[in-house]
Amino acid sequence: MKKATTGTSDEQLDAVFGALADRTRRAILVRLAEGEASVNELCAPFAVSQPAISQHLKVLERAGLISRSRKGTARLSHLEAEPLKEAVTWLGNYREYWEESYERLDELLGAIRREGSGQTDPGRSSS
Amino acid sequence: MTELKVTAEPGSHEVSTEREVEAPRDVVFRAYREPELLAQWLGPRRYEMEIDTYEFRDGGRWRYVHKDDQGNSFGFHGVFHGDPSPDGMVQTFEFEGYPGHVSLDTAVLEDRGDRTLIRTISVFQSVEDRDGMVQAGMADGMREAYERLEELAAKLVANG
Repeated sequence: MKKATTGTSDEQLDAVFGALADRTRRAILVRLAEGEASVNELCAPFAVSQPAISQHLKVLERAGLISRSRKGTARLSHLEAEPLKEAVTWLGNYREYWEESYERLDELLGAIRREGSGQTDPGRSSS
Repeated sequence: MTELKVTAEPGSHEVSTEREVEAPRDVVFRAYREPELLAQWLGPRRYEMEIDTYEFRDGGRWRYVHKDDQGNSFGFHGVFHGDPSPDGMVQTFEFEGYPGHVSLDTAVLEDRGDRTLIRTISVFQSVEDRDGMVQAGMADGMREAYERLEELAAKLVANG
C-alpha cells in the first residue's frame, strides 16, 4: 500500500505532506505559484508575524517545495514544483482509476449512440 | 462532459465522486447493468476485466477480476442491495487483497436530458480503511492537503 512513485522517498513524501498540512503554508504556495515573493510580500495577506512566516518558509524549504535567493537585502522565495507534482502523482491512483474508467465509458456510450437504436450489442471498443 | 470531481473530507469515512457523461440516463444505466458492457469500461485500460458473477438484482452477487499483462490479478466482490435502478445502485464492495474491509457503494444517475450526471458515494468502515483505499493515509495532514493540492496543481499546470 505504501508504495512511492519512482524517485520519491517515503521521507520526502512525509516532509511534503507535513509541510502541506498547514493552511498558511498552503496559502504561501498558492501565492508563490503566481511568482517569487519576499518575506514582506508574503506577510501582507496573512495575519501572521514576519518571524512566523519565516518559520513556515523554513518548513517549505526543508520539504523541497520552495527555494530561496537573495536580491539586495530581500530574500525571495520561489516555488519548486517538482516535489508537489510527485506528491500529486502519488495521490492520484484513486482518481486515475475513475478518470480512466469514465473515459472508457465515454467511448462506449459514443459507440452505442453511433449504432442508433442501441438494441444490439455494440462493437467492442476495447482499445 | 465535465471533469471528474473527487471529494474526501478530512476525518470522514466517505469518498464521493461526480462526473457528467454525454448520454441519456437509460443508456448509461445499460453500461452498468449489462456485464459485457461493464467489462468494456470499468477499470484502467491496462487491466483486462473478467467478470465471474454479475447478478444485477436485490441480493445478487457480483465478482470481477482485473488482470494485468504481468500475470497479476486483483479480485473484487460484493452483493447488490435493493433492486438496482438509475435512482440508486447500492452494493457492498470488497477488494480481495484487503479482505474484511468492506465499503458500501451507491451510484446514482441524474437525468440531465442528453447528459447524465453520475454521482457515487463510498462509505468505508473507518477513516483508515478509506484512506487505505484511496492511498492517502501516509502522513498526518495528507487528507487535508488533498483538495488544496489539486487546486495548487491546477495552478501549476496553468502557469507551466
